[in-house]
Amino acid sequence: MSSSVLFDAPGPRGRRRQTVGNVVGVVVVLGVLAWMLVVLNTKGQFSADLWQPALDARAWQSYYVPGLVNTLRAAAFATVGAVVFGIVFGMGRLSHLRAVRWVSSVAVEFFRAVPVLMMMIFFNALFGFFFREVVAEPAFTAVVVALILYNGSVIAELVRSGVNNLPRGQGEAGLSIGLTRGQTLRSVQLPQALIAMLPAVVSQLVVVLKDSALGQLIAYGELLRSAQVLQSGSGNPLQTLFVAAVLFILLNALLSWVAHRLARRLSSRTSGRTDEGPGIGPSIAMRAGGGIPQT
Amino acid sequence: MDDDYLSGFTALLVQYDVLGAFWTNIQLTFFGALLALVVGTVLAVMRISPLPSLAWAGGAYVNIVRNTPLTVIMTFLVLGAWTQLGLSLSTNFTWNFFWFGVVGLGFYHASFVCEAIRAGVNTVPVGQAEAARAIGLPFLSAARLVILPQAFRGAIAPLGNTLIALLKNSTVAAAASVTWETSSVMKTMIEFQPNYIWEIFLTFAIGYVILVIPIGLLTTWMSNRLAVKR
Amino acid sequence: MRKRTTGLLALAATAALTLSACSGAEVGGSGGGDASASGSAGGDTIRIGIKFDQPGLGYQDGDQYTGFDVDVATYVAEKLGYSADQIEFVESPSAQREQMLQTGQVDMIFATYSITDERKQVVNFAGPYFVAGQDLLVAADNTDITGPESLNGKNLCSVTGSTSAQRIKDEYAEGVNLVERPGYSECVTALTGGQVDAVTTDDIILAGLAATPANQGKLKVVGNPFSEERYGVGIPKDSDRCEAINEAIAAMIEDGSWEEAVSKNTEGTGYTPNAEMNPPSQDACA
Repeated sequence: MSSSVLFDAPGPRGRRRQTVGNVVGVVVVLGVLAWMLVVLNTKGQFSADLWQPALDARAWQSYYVPGLVNTLRAAAFATVGAVVFGIVFGMGRLSHLRAVRWVSSVAVEFFRAVPVLMMMIFFNALFGFFFREVVAEPAFTAVVVALILYNGSVIAELVRSGVNNLPRGQGEAGLSIGLTRGQTLRSVQLPQALIAMLPAVVSQLVVVLKDSALGQLIAYGELLRSAQVLQSGSGNPLQTLFVAAVLFILLNALLSWVAHRLARRLSSRTSGRTDEGPGIGPSIAMRAGGGIPQT
Repeated sequence: MDDDYLSGFTALLVQYDVLGAFWTNIQLTFFGALLALVVGTVLAVMRISPLPSLAWAGGAYVNIVRNTPLTVIMTFLVLGAWTQLGLSLSTNFTWNFFWFGVVGLGFYHASFVCEAIRAGVNTVPVGQAEAARAIGLPFLSAARLVILPQAFRGAIAPLGNTLIALLKNSTVAAAASVTWETSSVMKTMIEFQPNYIWEIFLTFAIGYVILVIPIGLLTTWMSNRLAVKR
Repeated sequence: MRKRTTGLLALAATAALTLSACSGAEVGGSGGGDASASGSAGGDTIRIGIKFDQPGLGYQDGDQYTGFDVDVATYVAEKLGYSADQIEFVESPSAQREQMLQTGQVDMIFATYSITDERKQVVNFAGPYFVAGQDLLVAADNTDITGPESLNGKNLCSVTGSTSAQRIKDEYAEGVNLVERPGYSECVTALTGGQVDAVTTDDIILAGLAATPANQGKLKVVGNPFSEERYGVGIPKDSDRCEAINEAIAAMIEDGSWEEAVSKNTEGTGYTPNAEMNPPSQDACA
C-alpha cells in the first residue's frame, strides 16, 4: 500500500502549515540539543583534556583498532559457525526421520529462548573453571559459542522457512525425475533457499555484530571493553563510549546497506523470495510465523 | 544423587532469590514493552505521515537505534543522562536504575515495533485507504480508525517476536546497573558456587524457555485468530 | 546443483580455517600481538597476572604497563632472574585469579590480591607486599563524610560484584543508596558529576584513581580505613618461589624502592598508606 493514498498533496495553506510545523519541530529538537550541550559544557565534558585522549593516535593504535579487530574476529567466527549450525539444524528440522526432526527442533527452540548474555556468562565460567587446558581464551570462545548457538538457531529457521517458501513445483520436479527426498532437498531446494536467504543472513550479521558487544560484560577485549580499559586511565568514559558507538553504528549501517543491495541482485537467481528483512526478524521468518528477533 | 547435593542446590536457589530475579526481568519487560509500543506506534505514524520532515525523523531514529548495540544505549543512559545531564527517574537508586533500564529497553525496541507495524501496514490493501479517504477522513483519523487497527492485527507475529526479544534483552539492563536481574544473579551464583554451574545455568535457561514458549504460542494463536481474512 | 551445496559448505569450512589462523588483538598492546595464543609458561619468560584497568596499581597504558603492582612485580621478577623484557603481563580479572594459577596460565599474580584463608586452600601466597584498607573517595571539598557511619542517606558507588559496597550497607549504614558500575572510573565520573557522594574500595585503588591526570586535585581519600586487605603474591600450590619472592619484597622495602613506588603511583593525592601496617613484614611460607 502506498501511503500517498492516505492524503492529498498539500495545497498552499497546507504547505504553509507544514513549514510552520517543520520550523517548530526543528526549534524544539535544537532546543533540547542545545540544553544538553550547555549542561555537558558546564560539566566540562567538552574539555580537550577529555576528548584528546579519546581521539589521539594512542587511543586508536592501542585500544580502538585492537578492540575492533577482536569484535570483527568474534563476529566472523560466529557468522561462519552460525551458518554451518543453521544449515545442519535447518536440514535436521526438515528431515523425514522423526528423531532427527525432534532433536533439531528442541535444540533450535531452546537456544532461541535463552538470552545470549546468559549463555556468554555460562560458557565463560564453564571454560574458565573446567576447560582451562582445552580452551585458551575462555572469554573469546564463550562469545563465539553463544553467538553461534543463538544465531545458528535463527538461521536454521531461515533455512526451514526458506525451503518451505519455495514454490511446491520445485520439490515435485525433483521427485518426479527420480531423486529421493533427501537428494531433492540437498540438490534442488536447499541451494535455492540458501540464495534466497543470503540477504537475511547478512542482516543477521548486524545482529551478530551488535550482540558481540555483550562480550564487554564478560570482559572480552572487544571494542566496548577496550574503550572501557582506555577510559579507566584517562577518566573519559562518555567520550570513549561515543567514539565506540559511532564505530558500531557505521559498521552496522554498512552491513545493512550490503544486505539491501544483495537482496536486489540475487532475486533473479532463485525461485524463492529474497528479502533482507527489517533486521530484527527477517521477514522470511515472519511469514513462516517463526520468531527471530534479538538485540 | 545424594541428599546433601540436592539440599545444597535448593539452599542456593533460596539464598539468591532466583524467583525475585525473574520477577525483575518480567517487570522490566512489561514496562519496556508498554513504552516500546507507544513510542513505536508514534514512530510508525511519523514514517507514513504526510510531513516529509516527520517521515525523515522517524526513519533516522529507526536506522540509528537499530544499528546501535543495546549495551551502548544502556551505558549512555547512565553515563550521559544520569551522570552528566543529572536526570533522575527516582531518588531511590533501585528504582532509578530500574526505570533507566525500562527506558533503554523501550526506546531500543520501539524501532523494531515501528518496523513491525510498518510491515503490518503493508498488509492493508490500498482499497482500505482509498475508502477512508473517500468518506472524507483526514490523515490522522484514517490512520487511527482504518489503517492502524488492521495493521496491528497483521503485525501480531512480528510484534510477538519483538516481545520475546525484549524479554531476553531485559538481561542487558545489567549494563544500566540493574544488578539484581537474572543474568547478574546467575553470574554471582556461578562465581561463588562453580560446582553447581550446570544446574544453575539450566535453572535460568529453563526459566526463560518457560516464559518464552507461552508468548510464542499466544502470538501464533492470536495472529491466526485476528488475521484479517482477505 | 549438488556441487553448489557442497561448494557452499566447503566455502564456510575454508573461511573458518582461514579465520582461525589469524589471532586475536591485544587491547592496549601494540596491536595484532600474539601473546594470548601461546600457552607455555616458564622458559625464558615469566608470566605475571595483573589488573589491566586499575590506574595506579595495574594499568595497560598504551603498550606499556604502569602502577604499584607492576612496579613490585618488576622488582621481584628481577630478583628472581628475569629482566623487564622477559616479563609477560597477562590480564587476570578478579573472578579468574585462582583458576589462572591452578592451571598454570600465569606464574605469579600481583593484582590487589588479598590473602584469605579461603583462597589459601587452592593457591599459595607470598608476601604481603602491601596492606590496604577499605576506604572512601569523596570530592576534595567534602567535609561531612568522614567514614562509613556517615553514609546514611548518601549515594555510594562501587564496582559490579564487589563485596565492599555491600559491607557498608550491612555493617555501617543501612540507609545508603548503592549503585554498581562495571569500572571504578565510571564511579569516579559519577562522583565528579555530583550524582554520588562517595566511591568505595581499597584505599590504594582510590588513591590511584585520584592520581589520574583527569582527576588531579578534585578528589581525596577520606583516610579512615575500616578493613584490612593484605595484598599477597598469588603463586600455584606447587611453586617453590615463595621464599625467594619474600626475600625480594623485603629487599625492595629495605632499599627504599617500595616507598618510592608507593609515592610515585599516588602522587598529588596526599595519600599515605596506613603507617601501622605498612610496610608489612612477610608471612612465613607454607
